Amino acid sequence: MSSKKLFLRGIKDGFPICLGYLSVSFAFGIFAVGAGLSVWQTVLVSLANVTSAGQLAGVPIIVGGLPIIEMVLTQFVINLRYSLMSVSLSQKLSPRVKLLHRLAIAFGVTDEIFAVAISQKEDVETPYMLGLITSPVLGWVTGTALGALAGDILPEMVVSALGIALYAMFVAIVIPPSKKNHSVALCCLLAVALSCAFRYLPVLKDVSAGIAIIICALVSGLLFAWIAPIPDEEKKEPSDNGSEGTGKAVAT
Amino acid sequence: MIRTDIFFMYLVVMAGVTYLIRMLPLVLCRKKIENRFIRSFLYYIPYAVLSAMTIPAIFYSTGCLLSAALGLFVAVLLSLFEKKLLTVAIGACSTVFIVEYLMKLLG
Repeated sequence: MSSKKLFLRGIKDGFPICLGYLSVSFAFGIFAVGAGLSVWQTVLVSLANVTSAGQLAGVPIIVGGLPIIEMVLTQFVINLRYSLMSVSLSQKLSPRVKLLHRLAIAFGVTDEIFAVAISQKEDVETPYMLGLITSPVLGWVTGTALGALAGDILPEMVVSALGIALYAMFVAIVIPPSKKNHSVALCCLLAVALSCAFRYLPVLKDVSAGIAIIICALVSGLLFAWIAPIPDEEKKEPSDNGSEGTGKAVAT
Repeated sequence: MIRTDIFFMYLVVMAGVTYLIRMLPLVLCRKKIENRFIRSFLYYIPYAVLSAMTIPAIFYSTGCLLSAALGLFVAVLLSLFEKKLLTVAIGACSTVFIVEYLMKLLG
């Protein structure tokens, strides 16, 4: 496929993310201006970070003038999950992706962009990733600006409805492979159970959301890598790659 | 209002830490990993992360629990039929909107 086609496919795949980001960043815009940042400062925070949880935690630190080390630690812990995603994505990027391009792609590793990239059948190339990153980042910055400028420009019900967009997309990414591969389904169920435990159980619910996600993912991922390892690369020909192989077999 | 120079000091640190976390693994792991255990781990991780992030958070992502639960139901249903990401997202958003609109109508 030509670079232009790959880029356009990336744009298309990124569009639902853009939609979801508009609403989430809109809420962030309202929040940051309410907390005491100016409109341009709020927009710059979104443009420079492109991460919801990290920004929500970072703004009070800026506004409160807290020690800079606190900013370093908070961002490190909350965003540590991105390093897991980047390791995973490094295996998905085509060997043709150059260092400079990797430096650019790194900027756009968010939960959603990562999820879409990793769900592609083939290795991903630079133009696809750039397309995939473009519209979500635009959506993220635009939504922030709109929220910061006019918190009450959208009817409440529209904001509320858009709030579910990103989660719905996660569901759409997780369910199809779970349907074909029971190990994936069980791994997801375990992660969900752990995540609920961290939300509702005493003591566990005091753990910060960033750390809780890391623990849920590590425990589920390590356990299933141990009890249900995916087929070896050598066996790739007959069974292709893990669940995708069974998926194709079912489809044909 | 926060002084501009102080704001930029925080912004650079904040964005710097966030970027390094994303960039280092992407640049350092350039070879395909051969180890079967690590490859399996990296295969499961995305699904585990997304599942943990979605539930229970999705139930608090809209105006009320009922609209969120029905939105989730529609998203799961559409995903089982392997609809496109955008279709699933729009389906869930529309469900939430309709449910909340009906609830408002019915008081």
